[in-house]
Amino acid sequence: MKKSILTLFFVVIATQLSAAEPVKIGMITTLSTKAGYLGEDTRDGFKLAIAQESGKLGGFPIELMVEDDSRKPEKGRQIAERFIKKDNARILTGIVFSNVAMAVIPKVVREDVVYLSTNAAPSKLAGKGCDPNYFSVSYQNDNLDEVVGQYVNDSGHKSVYLIAPNYPAGKDHLAGFKRYFKGEIKGEVYTKLGQSDYAAEIAGLRAAQPESVFFFLPGGMGINFLKQYSQAGLADEIPIYGPAFSFDERILEAVGPAAEGVKNGSQWTHDLDYPANIQFVKAYREAYNRMPTLYAAQGYDTARLIGSALKEVNGDPTDLIKFRAALKKADFESVRGNFSFGNNQHPIQDVYIREVIKTAEGYTNKTVEKVFSNHVDAYASECPM
Amino acid sequence: MLLFFEQILNGLQLGITLFLMSAGLTLVFGIMQVINLAHGSFYMIGAYVCATVAARSGSFLLGMALALPAAALCGMLMEFVILRRLYKREHLDQVLATFGLIMFFNELTRILWGRQPLYLNVPSWLSGSIELLPDLVYPVYRLAVIGVGLFVALALWFMFSRTRLGMQIRAGASNRDMIGALGVNIKLLYTMVFGLGTMLAGLAGVMAGPILAVEAGMGESILILTFVVIVIGGIGSIRGAVAGALLVGLVDTLGRAFLPTLFRLVFESATADAAAASLSSMAIYILMAAVLVWKPTGLFPAHS
Repeated sequence: MKKSILTLFFVVIATQLSAAEPVKIGMITTLSTKAGYLGEDTRDGFKLAIAQESGKLGGFPIELMVEDDSRKPEKGRQIAERFIKKDNARILTGIVFSNVAMAVIPKVVREDVVYLSTNAAPSKLAGKGCDPNYFSVSYQNDNLDEVVGQYVNDSGHKSVYLIAPNYPAGKDHLAGFKRYFKGEIKGEVYTKLGQSDYAAEIAGLRAAQPESVFFFLPGGMGINFLKQYSQAGLADEIPIYGPAFSFDERILEAVGPAAEGVKNGSQWTHDLDYPANIQFVKAYREAYNRMPTLYAAQGYDTARLIGSALKEVNGDPTDLIKFRAALKKADFESVRGNFSFGNNQHPIQDVYIREVIKTAEGYTNKTVEKVFSNHVDAYASECPM
Repeated sequence: MLLFFEQILNGLQLGITLFLMSAGLTLVFGIMQVINLAHGSFYMIGAYVCATVAARSGSFLLGMALALPAAALCGMLMEFVILRRLYKREHLDQVLATFGLIMFFNELTRILWGRQPLYLNVPSWLSGSIELLPDLVYPVYRLAVIGVGLFVALALWFMFSRTRLGMQIRAGASNRDMIGALGVNIKLLYTMVFGLGTMLAGLAGVMAGPILAVEAGMGESILILTFVVIVIGGIGSIRGAVAGALLVGLVDTLGRAFLPTLFRLVFESATADAAAASLSSMAIYILMAAVLVWKPTGLFPAHS
């Protein structure tokens, strides 16, 4: 009798303790360098979901640890190591850049840690390199190029001129565009990475007389290109297209009127008419006093997905098989509307074309058209899962 | 043919921006024997001040009018507070100190203006393009940049060869003890030369602002090109800076513009694009190597 009471006492204590022990989530993201706002938005979107449940996700307390990878692969790797070994985190998330992701993800998923991508989703992890412990909540990197390829096709443009920087991601993004564009390619130019002046490329482009232009130039490169394109007087003559990466609200602020009217591909815009999205945009603006970007929406969705899975496994992510199955159900209301995971654990979702417009508050995007419904990425069939 | 002419203009415009940068840098090196890696920071300061003032007042010219003295003042202040102590030290010490200054200035701009790039547009009276020849359309703003650069080159030439100040500066470059002994306040002269150099960098930044993103660290990418220019032209020589800048501007632009076409004559398209993209980004370094093999001290060495 005495013994069983004692046992009962310990059981009660143990369950009390485990209930109080928060679920640890390690966020590796880019908070410094010029691209630091991408990580800030990812973090703030994620934090908003936790704050809305007053410190919990799916009803279980969360301890979110955030570290800055400074956009450096080796630093991302060190942080991951620390999160896993020292802090004992079983869930990692948050990486913005694909090169950092490639240094971190293949290693951590081997150690039975679940990684949920809030942004970077390189093709190597979507096809043959897919893994049961890896989920992309954002997209597969070139989804946003594919949608533009299809749209440019649908708009009746018979030819295109392509520009991207000369590094692996540049070629991937153009490949995504070419997968759906059926017309003639009048030129395919690879510039130096980090190039600032595009006068030579723009002169060549004008001489080639294409009916449309598609560019993938991340960060400051895109700002420079758009300004110079407009200064060359081409903005009114040849329509220009790109993936959403050069058109978030913070970049548009620096580009100014040169971006107005440019159409770009994205799986999310703040004006998508879903209750979850309307609520998210309002809450985000109240909490941080700025418009959410794509990265904020992806961070928010990732947090809510984790919440939905934690609820199902009763707050215990250590039973990997159950936890992964719960994640794969994607039983949450995404701000993007339709959302489910394909066999390679990348999203099956709608992808849109949006247009840059000017409002009283500055430049922003509005949704123009849904181009793909329940779109599956091109690498899913190669994934053995 | 017209495309070739347009690309020459593009090369000229890049060359002139590089000249404004390298003139100041080489002046400082030629006269004070000090290597200033932080020169790109004044380019950044010029662009930031101009963008801020233009955004507040709506006037690009007012922005420019304040950005130039701001860059000059920052330069003179830096010379007075820090560089003055480094004249007698080795070049390695100067490189380390001025490299530290790059980080200092980048961080300072981030603190003052935030991490996001600023927006600076072409003034309306310089926007748009004009038809130089039938079918040759060129942005007015880039023509204005070429014009301003040529004017500055002429003004510098006039100052150096026709004025008393220019004579003192040239004399100081040859023998600083002697010019000091002749009663010229060499310290003040140095500070003024430094201010002139940083003002030219600020001017380059102001003119690049509407074309490029105004962001922290924007000075570094152009700084590398600037060093290539002064190494090719001959360290310390203004004439060398002119020649080197135009050469680098043309080689870089024409390489990017025509190498892919040339390569496609020989290779299949995908290989040609990849090879041309790599080779054109190396073109100026190959040029530099070739010049240095031919003339190890650059095209117009200052103290030959």
